[in-house]
Amino acid sequence: MTDTPLLEVDDLAVEFRIGGRAQRAVSGVSFTLERGRTLGVVGESGCGKSVTSLAIMRLVPQPPGHYAGGAIRFGGTDLLSLPEREMRRLRGGRIGMIFQEPMTSLNPVYTCGDQIVESLRVHSGLDRRAARERAVELLDLVGLPSPKSRVDDYPHQLSGGQRQRVMIALALANDPDLLIADEPTTALDVTIQAQILDLMGDLRDRTGAAVLLVTHDLGVVAQTCEDVVVMYAGRIVEKAPTGALFADPQHPYTIGLMAAVPRIDAGVARLATIPGSVPPPWARIAGCRFASRCPLASERCRTEDPPLRALAPGHAVACWHAPIEEAA
Amino acid sequence: MSALLEVRNLTKHFPVRRGVLRRTVGHVQAVTDVSFDVHAGETLAVVGESGCGKSTIGRALLRLIAPTAGTVTLDGTEVTALPDPALREMRRHMQIIFQDPFGSLNPRMSVAETLAEPLLLHGLATSANVRQKVAELLETCGLQPWHAARFPHEFSGGQRQRVGVARALATRPRLIVCDEPVSALDVSVQAQIVNLLQDLQASFGIAYVFISHDLAVVRHMADRVAVVYLGRVVEEAPTATLFATPRHPYTRSLIAAAPRPDPGLRSDRQPVRGDLPSALAPPPGCAFHPRCPMAEARCRTERPALRAVGGTSVACHFAEAVAESTTPAERPPSDRLRRRLDILQAARESREDPHA
Repeated sequence: MTDTPLLEVDDLAVEFRIGGRAQRAVSGVSFTLERGRTLGVVGESGCGKSVTSLAIMRLVPQPPGHYAGGAIRFGGTDLLSLPEREMRRLRGGRIGMIFQEPMTSLNPVYTCGDQIVESLRVHSGLDRRAARERAVELLDLVGLPSPKSRVDDYPHQLSGGQRQRVMIALALANDPDLLIADEPTTALDVTIQAQILDLMGDLRDRTGAAVLLVTHDLGVVAQTCEDVVVMYAGRIVEKAPTGALFADPQHPYTIGLMAAVPRIDAGVARLATIPGSVPPPWARIAGCRFASRCPLASERCRTEDPPLRALAPGHAVACWHAPIEEAA
Repeated sequence: MSALLEVRNLTKHFPVRRGVLRRTVGHVQAVTDVSFDVHAGETLAVVGESGCGKSTIGRALLRLIAPTAGTVTLDGTEVTALPDPALREMRRHMQIIFQDPFGSLNPRMSVAETLAEPLLLHGLATSANVRQKVAELLETCGLQPWHAARFPHEFSGGQRQRVGVARALATRPRLIVCDEPVSALDVSVQAQIVNLLQDLQASFGIAYVFISHDLAVVRHMADRVAVVYLGRVVEEAPTATLFATPRHPYTRSLIAAAPRPDPGLRSDRQPVRGDLPSALAPPPGCAFHPRCPMAEARCRTERPALRAVGGTSVACHFAEAVAESTTPAERPPSDRLRRRLDILQAARESREDPHA
């Protein structure tokens, strides 16, 4: 353990150049992630949560994307200035990745075992036999039934939950320090989702890896993350420990989002909605990106972009009116 | 009072053909022996995981696919026995909303054309007043009159689903099958569509068959819930009863597995093991027994029939034993959240007032 956090994202900005126009996908994104912790990045489609996770792995397609500013430090090393060869060594090595749709991220013409074996040979330098034994162990570890025979199955022969287990085995193969999971359970049924989330939690506890969990599901955040970053239209609007975020949501967007979720145990007669929709990425907005949908928006909100500022230890919000009781 | 929709022993088995002669080598037992009633103005939710047959049920109700056996009766007319012309006429009274409105709306037709077609076809509008009828329909569904000239790709996901709702609503049906209508939408948009569906039900007394995998949405929308596992209804009960005392172990594990937006509730829940078995060869006895924590020898050989226990009908040999739910309830939204929501709501209303 050292004092430098495992992952530091500092004022990250990513742009996409489409049709000659630069469109900012994310900007001013900063957060840190310590070993052994899970950070949730939550938001609706188009908020920039996936771009953020791709950016950390340096998988933003260039062109049309490019890094417009900021730094990403992994264990003190700036990833944005790392040569591609070094980066490739990190991916699948010290940084493991899990994506939403395992069918498109696993190679359909190789068996599950071969894909894990390849990763182990490249990153950990194991010989074929040792790598295969380790692959079976890994598949067993992630709870794939009869791993000894399943290791020779092709991805299409497995169910969605089993494929996601293989993805996790692959991501964990080389004992990563950081696991980046982008909507890992969104395509799965709830009972399978519960199994996969439990598995990820167990493995984190066992290996001490840090987990960056990108999701749209506040329920998943509440059940798995210690800290949360809420994103809206490419910006972080609120950042807090999970308990504080749910007990004391500050940003009008966070408040709206939480009230819009139907609850299983505590029903309301009518769901709260956030009128309007997310501004398109090409819209040039001078002030707060949420202003067009915010009932509290003032002149200042429309012209001046609110910075993230701390309201309590570890709890920061980007809103001129927070806490809104005092503004009202 | 007889029900608006009566479904009796609905069964759909898809043949699996192999080889040069396309011989039938087996059947996918998508839906087996499903029976339920839906009353006018009521919402029945059909809940289950992917591959359980819930969408097949929805399509079979409208005869978009022909059932293998069983009857569907709407308002006294047996839909499953109608000849084709009468069936088309009957479809005026039963409509469907799909998960992906992009896939179900014709990309080459403007919204006006999409909505005018059923109106003219069923004689609900004339060429003289169809424009006005379309405008009314759009307004009812929270869209603007000028949206009529637009094409599906010009809408956001939520607006597109509003068009999907408007299309279903055009013929003023008695029943709408909603097949995962909000699953592809973001939460804030999902809430808008859920509210719209509830408003329409209140205004027009439409009955919904609400097909979903999302228990929180179901809890919010439905009057009654039918839980489907491998093509069979394993439990049916009024919504409050089902969530308070889920009697089937599968229902219990579904409810327990749904992630709650309450970080205080990080439970040591035991998720149900294993995957959904193949519908090509469902397990003998109770289809849930390979995953069931309470399965005994009897469950492996003897399929439990649906029977009444309390206010519930349930297909489990041990339904009495699993009465009380052990899942701790999530806490209601925090006081601060509610107070701040009120502040936002008040601010919104005071802003809207001057224009009213």
